[in-house]
Amino acid sequence: MTKVRAPLAAALLLVALASLPFVLAPYPISLAARILAFALLVVSVDVLTGLTGLPSLGQIAYFGVGAYTAGMVGIHVTSNVLVQLVAGAALAAMVALLTGAVAVRTSGIVFLMVTLAIGELTHRLADGLDAVGGSNGLAGIPAITVYPGGEPIILAGYTYWWVLTVFVLGFLLAVLVSRSPLGRAMRGVREAEPRLAAIGQRTYTIKLAAYVFAGAIAGAAGTAWTVQARFVSPGDLAFSVSAIALLSVVLGGAGSLWGPVIGASVVILVRDWVSGYLPGQGELMLGALFVLAVYLLPRGIAGLRPPRRDRPSPAQQEQPAMEVVG
Amino acid sequence: MSLRTHHANDDLLVVENLTLRYGALTAVDDVSLRIASGARHALIGPNGAGKSSFFSMLGGATSPTSGRIVFGGEDIVSHDEVQRARAGLVRTYQHSSLFTGLSVLDNVRIAVERVSGHPLRPWPSRADRRITSAAEEHLAHVGLVDRRDQLVSSLSHGERRQLEVALVLACEPRLVLFDEPTAGMSAAETHRFAELVESLPRAVTTVIVEHDLDVVFRLADRISVLAAGRLIAEGSPEHVKADPVVNEAYLGDSNDREPLFLDTPADVRTAR
Amino acid sequence: MGWLDANLISILNGVALAALLFMIAVGLSLVFGTMDVLNLAHGAISLAGAYVGVAMLDPGGGLGDFLVAVLAAAALGLVLGAALATMTSVVTSHLRQALLTLGIALIAAAVLTEIFGADVESVPAPSGLAGSVDLLGKQYPLYRLVVIGIAVLIALVLYVVLERTSVGAIVRATVADRGMVEALGIRSSLVLAGVFGFGAALASVGGLLAGPVLGAQPGLDNTVLLLALVVVVIGGLGSIRGALLGALLVGQVQTLGVSLLPEQASFLLFGAMALVLLLRPQGLLPARTATGAHS
Repeated sequence: MTKVRAPLAAALLLVALASLPFVLAPYPISLAARILAFALLVVSVDVLTGLTGLPSLGQIAYFGVGAYTAGMVGIHVTSNVLVQLVAGAALAAMVALLTGAVAVRTSGIVFLMVTLAIGELTHRLADGLDAVGGSNGLAGIPAITVYPGGEPIILAGYTYWWVLTVFVLGFLLAVLVSRSPLGRAMRGVREAEPRLAAIGQRTYTIKLAAYVFAGAIAGAAGTAWTVQARFVSPGDLAFSVSAIALLSVVLGGAGSLWGPVIGASVVILVRDWVSGYLPGQGELMLGALFVLAVYLLPRGIAGLRPPRRDRPSPAQQEQPAMEVVG
Repeated sequence: MSLRTHHANDDLLVVENLTLRYGALTAVDDVSLRIASGARHALIGPNGAGKSSFFSMLGGATSPTSGRIVFGGEDIVSHDEVQRARAGLVRTYQHSSLFTGLSVLDNVRIAVERVSGHPLRPWPSRADRRITSAAEEHLAHVGLVDRRDQLVSSLSHGERRQLEVALVLACEPRLVLFDEPTAGMSAAETHRFAELVESLPRAVTTVIVEHDLDVVFRLADRISVLAAGRLIAEGSPEHVKADPVVNEAYLGDSNDREPLFLDTPADVRTAR
Repeated sequence: MGWLDANLISILNGVALAALLFMIAVGLSLVFGTMDVLNLAHGAISLAGAYVGVAMLDPGGGLGDFLVAVLAAAALGLVLGAALATMTSVVTSHLRQALLTLGIALIAAAVLTEIFGADVESVPAPSGLAGSVDLLGKQYPLYRLVVIGIAVLIALVLYVVLERTSVGAIVRATVADRGMVEALGIRSSLVLAGVFGFGAALASVGGLLAGPVLGAQPGLDNTVLLLALVVVVIGGLGSIRGALLGALLVGQVQTLGVSLLPEQASFLLFGAMALVLLLRPQGLLPARTATGAHS
């Protein structure tokens, strides 16, 4: 029996993704870029929800910080995409630190609602702040350049490659953290937070570290979004986006990181591409997908991978993932 | 009677007048105890005697109404569980508390990392190998090293208790509080567990709350007896067994009753 | 007195909104408190009730027609609730419940849009109640005052049923110890389906009653769901008194708050919720008994 090695499969997939610009027309390519940016946002949700056990509806806020920062930097400072990426991710991480310091004092449903509030407040802030375009959104973002004095990148294929690069880097970072001592401690919080405290680990520190890291990843995803869209609107930060980001994690198999990526892709494809063939039925199909997935995929898409004795399954999905406080 | 002389500065854990009251109900009533470094101490008593509440206060989950707890010379009453664990005071739980979705090895690795690694390091490194082998050593000590890659959910009840011991040992504790560790175990599992505790180095002081009196008499060199929240007797196993006050507490009335503690045959008592 | 005079209408609007929110949200809170299920289809159920009004009521219709519509909405809610109870009974993880119920909500919303279209529809108030009443020198819609009265009545009935009747005792017992109730020969799954159905019926009727005030349109289910979530989380999950207090607070924030602080209007609601949760995570009036049907 041949054992398909995960790195080999990943490498093949990467080659396939990288060659898409040679086979797809500009519209599908920009859809693919949007999917990748959204998928990286979903990875950041999985870092919190799947790895650390903190179900979050607020990552869209840090995605928005990254997206708007990249746009503002592009308009007012420089079109260099590396500067935009670093600025967006760093600012998102800082905002995550400030908000997370308070948010991770809670857990379960309360944490979910606090993050919902963070997401919605950021959404409304973007809508009301004229400096970033208000309800009209942030337009006039110039095309990116990759090196100083370089040519602006206009073709959809090239921006797609940049987005793919950001996605791969972000995903690899998440995998790296997942296999690190911090990653194990995060899983410890998810599995039995009191137990982790009982061995002398301050769990607040772990949760905050996870929160800031997830915020940075979401911020990076936001900068990638701006690169491919060259336009950021408050609608990009709506509650419905947070909701399907979280649901993509559940669909994909919380905690596996790669499962939610597939989940995110399926969700966007069903909603935006399939509904092109059945106009106006995008939401209906999405709803049907979710309902079927609950019954047919009890451990998400990642749960379809044949279990190996030495591989922990994605966060045990049939156990209550959240507890009510009080 | 213990042959070692008892100096005050030998005492690792000193509990003074510890009391826990919930309104009109007094769960723990003015209990004082001294536990020497290296001791094997047991806490017994009928149901409702306050043993769990007492342990909970020692571990830091519950705040006492009044009293002092001094560990290694330091007053720890205001310290939370995290601080107590870092000071070397750890406990096991009646309902085994483990990282259930993770592997046996990861459970212990997390503890080793906290103690001697860098739990906040967000990337894997070569140093992790050292942590892994230390974790494997702890697993070998409890006899679970060949199950290292299996998930906790595939372990039996007795094995989970063993894993919990490995986890607790990985914290390099000075004192371990065992809370009813053999509850729900078969005779064979209980025997294995008792052997495990006996094999612990004397650098690890143990305090054990137990209902299984055979285990208690096998493992403890000193026993405290709680009843209705008060300490009613304390001493060596022989002393406690013969104490009429203790017998009455367990049976309610000492007249015309069989003694609670039958003489255990000499060959079952292990030599120390 | 001048301040009150200037803001009386807003305050009353806030209470009327609170009345509607209470009716809609109390089912969500009860279902979570008794069954540990987070029902994200709740907003869609409420919207379905509103569309019952769209389908069955004509402008100028009488009180009799309105009552028939209320009964129809209640029946629809009962059926939907019982169906949801069955569907969610096998799904214990909150995240997967969210996936399931949101999926159902998306389907329901799409079906409603398919049947009724994407335009804003109105639900007429019954002709007897469509006028205004003189209140402290101002004109105020009679219908809204009636809605407030109905909500108070429902709150009282809920209290009496849960605390003073044997049906209520069975429900509370099922929450506290499901196994024990089964041992007494009571089918706890029926009890829980009943609670779910009843809560959904209230949401559906609430949506219908809200029709003359909020209308019916796609997207309203999302709005209502968010508002209901805020209400129950601020008030305390599983608590009827909490839902009442939460509704009153949210109602005032959305009306009086918005008129007093128009610049900050869009931040008031979620800012208030975040503040309450950070200071008192269990909610303002948390349920006194243990929540959750799982031991």
